[in-house]
Amino acid sequence: MNRSLLPLVIFVLMAGLLGYGLQLDPKIVPSPLIDKPAPAFSLPMLDEPSRQLSNTDLNGQVWILNVWASWCVSCRAEHEVITALARKNLVTLVGLNYKDEPADATRWLKQFGNPYATSIIDRDGRVGIDWGVYGVPETFVIGADGMIKYKHIGPVTHDSLEQTIMPILRELLS
Amino acid sequence: MIPEIGHFALIIALSIAFVQAAVPLAGAGLGVQRWIALAVPAALAQLLFIGISYACLTWVFINHDFSVLYAVKNSNSELPLIYRISGVWGAHEGSLLLWALVLALWTGAVAVFTPNVPRVMRARVLAILGLVSCGFLLFIIITSNPFERLFPAAAQGSDLNPLLQDIGLAIHPPMLYLGYVGFSVAFAFSIAALISGQVDSAWARWSRPWTNIAWLFLTLGIALGSWWAYYELGWGGWWFWDPVENASFMPWIVGTALMHSLAITEKRGTFKAWTALLAIFAFSLSLLGTFLVRSGVLTSVHAFASDPQRGIFILGFLVVVVGGSLALYAWRAPMLKSAAKTNLLSRDGVMLLNNIFLVVACSAILLGTLYPIAIDAMGGKISVGPPYFNLMFLSLTAPLGVLIGIGMLIRWKSDSLQRLGSKLKIPAIVVLVLALLLSFALPEWIWTAYLGIAMALWIAVTVGIAVYERFHGRVLSNALRSTPAGFYGMLLGHLGIAVFIVGVTLTSLYNQEKDLRMAPGDTYEVAGYVFTFHGVRDYDIDNYVATRGGFSVSSESGDFKVDLFPEKRIYRVQTMPMTEAAIDAGLTRDLFIALGEPLDQQGAWAVRIYYKPFIRWVWLGAIIMALGGLFSASDKRYRRLARSSSVERSAAEQAA
Repeated sequence: MNRSLLPLVIFVLMAGLLGYGLQLDPKIVPSPLIDKPAPAFSLPMLDEPSRQLSNTDLNGQVWILNVWASWCVSCRAEHEVITALARKNLVTLVGLNYKDEPADATRWLKQFGNPYATSIIDRDGRVGIDWGVYGVPETFVIGADGMIKYKHIGPVTHDSLEQTIMPILRELLS
Repeated sequence: MIPEIGHFALIIALSIAFVQAAVPLAGAGLGVQRWIALAVPAALAQLLFIGISYACLTWVFINHDFSVLYAVKNSNSELPLIYRISGVWGAHEGSLLLWALVLALWTGAVAVFTPNVPRVMRARVLAILGLVSCGFLLFIIITSNPFERLFPAAAQGSDLNPLLQDIGLAIHPPMLYLGYVGFSVAFAFSIAALISGQVDSAWARWSRPWTNIAWLFLTLGIALGSWWAYYELGWGGWWFWDPVENASFMPWIVGTALMHSLAITEKRGTFKAWTALLAIFAFSLSLLGTFLVRSGVLTSVHAFASDPQRGIFILGFLVVVVGGSLALYAWRAPMLKSAAKTNLLSRDGVMLLNNIFLVVACSAILLGTLYPIAIDAMGGKISVGPPYFNLMFLSLTAPLGVLIGIGMLIRWKSDSLQRLGSKLKIPAIVVLVLALLLSFALPEWIWTAYLGIAMALWIAVTVGIAVYERFHGRVLSNALRSTPAGFYGMLLGHLGIAVFIVGVTLTSLYNQEKDLRMAPGDTYEVAGYVFTFHGVRDYDIDNYVATRGGFSVSSESGDFKVDLFPEKRIYRVQTMPMTEAAIDAGLTRDLFIALGEPLDQQGAWAVRIYYKPFIRWVWLGAIIMALGGLFSASDKRYRRLARSSSVERSAAEQAA
């Protein structure tokens, strides 16, 4: 192929991508983990690193795992919605602090406010891999039976909270 | 009435832009002198009408005309005058109008200040600028009319976003736009040269001063934005790798590459196609930046206004401008022949390497910025964080620092490894040893700090050698007279990089940040300074209420004392809390205090205290770099050639 055509070809591909980007909404992607048991973990807590939290500690209750990081801009966008969810006091909200510096994470929570019952430190992202985390942020709903009921990729918006996550929570809690 | 005049002037400007784009281009192609001659008056008339339109919008803001929707959304009768003037570009519609005005200003400047450029070439350049202007004016008139009326008129406006009520941010967008849009001139020259097939040294010489000036404005604009983020956002950072910051940084990197590549093309007649391509890239990235900021494709702390409908328009425009240019390039580039071969061991070769590193660095940033969209297209949504950017960028810029030093001392065309080795061996050893000594003087030895210091020293030392070589053994007055301003421009530009590297390295590795709970009377020690909190008091100012904390700071030895007053502001109309940090700035360190939240009834507050060593050097470096750009652009050569070629031209015209 003619070498001087290369910039044009790359640009056309990029423009296609951008055009596609305009059509998109944060989407719900079916996860292969839905209705499977939540992967086991045992990680130190951010506010008290000497203590560990494991998935078995949460057995018997409905809970939410929200994957976040201080370097994640979209997390800042969804923070307000996550805080609104926490204020409802319906379920235990656990943060998975993903590939982050604990000091940065602590400062981030101080600055914006801490909506989580506790955050656990997944510094090297191992637990993230077990849970099939694509990127940050992601949100999982786990039932009292320890099964993953729902997974949301990308920042949770007020709409997706009210229309999707809340109905699932209500059903699980009733 | 005034808003209608503004709107109407905008429509007239659009009509003129169409004429300015179509007629001279056809005239240049067909050889019709009268059509060619239309380019300059059309450019000036377009500037006049966009100027009128802009003045009308400013009038609306200054006189609180709340029958105009845009003013209602972004102004308020309590807003101080300066922010009513800067409020014009505080949101989407007005900032686009500013974009169009800046483009018209550059176009007008090209029309007036290029007597040395042949008339046909100038006509083509102005026509292409007119074409770009058409796109932007259409965009404003169709999707983002700032003059839209509101019936019935509102009694009061909902105020300018408090984040923007700040002097740093008031001048940040115009600076940035002067840079962004300024690359349109290099772009237009490049397209005009590709159309005519005249991609040569003369073309590079015409483009160079314009590119330098655009680059210096962009440098200052980015530095201002970073400075603003530092003192206004209240978390003490100065760069966040936010998509919008990246959008301004990418054209800067490619613009830097373009300046160097233009120098080679002018001097040696090589890399013509590459230089033309870089000029297209620099401007395309400016347009892409506008697209990213204005379309809402990316989630960003900066996304003040976004709307997918507008995104589709800008994307279409981007496809026409960039796609069209690259198609033209694909057609013409194979016909361009270099005047000479390039030897890698020469100044041309080193500058080519520098170009490659810069372009790769820019691609890495582009990838990191667009990757989230790519993932989104495949069904996810994520944020690529600073860990990625920092790693990518550091590993790509470290070799650049070494190249800067070599590039200043190596000869054009070809050089010998032996000569270069004997010249650089001793300075290199001196730099490595000196950097080691200096790095041990730091509070803690960190290898990246050593690397940063060595790099900065290396650049400084090679700048010194370059000066020595130029002046050594010559009568000073002669040497001064014969040294072109471009030489000083190069030295300053590179010294600026050295200063910048020192700032980035030391502030990111040795800063101290403390989040504290402080009650009145509490003291705390950070980095040898004792901070005492005296409590808070409330104040009532123009359009906000402030809670002001009193702190006194003294060094442990007691020879330094200062009082600092950080504020927490609530802007009345938008009831948005803002953090106004108090900073004691210094050449070697900043002390930074920000108030968090009140913690209890006894007057305890969450307080953030930062110690930021050498942070001023980050912006100082940028200012020195911009000065370098100014020196380079003011080189006598460009004016001298202007005179001689205009003499040649008039002689040629008389002969004809």
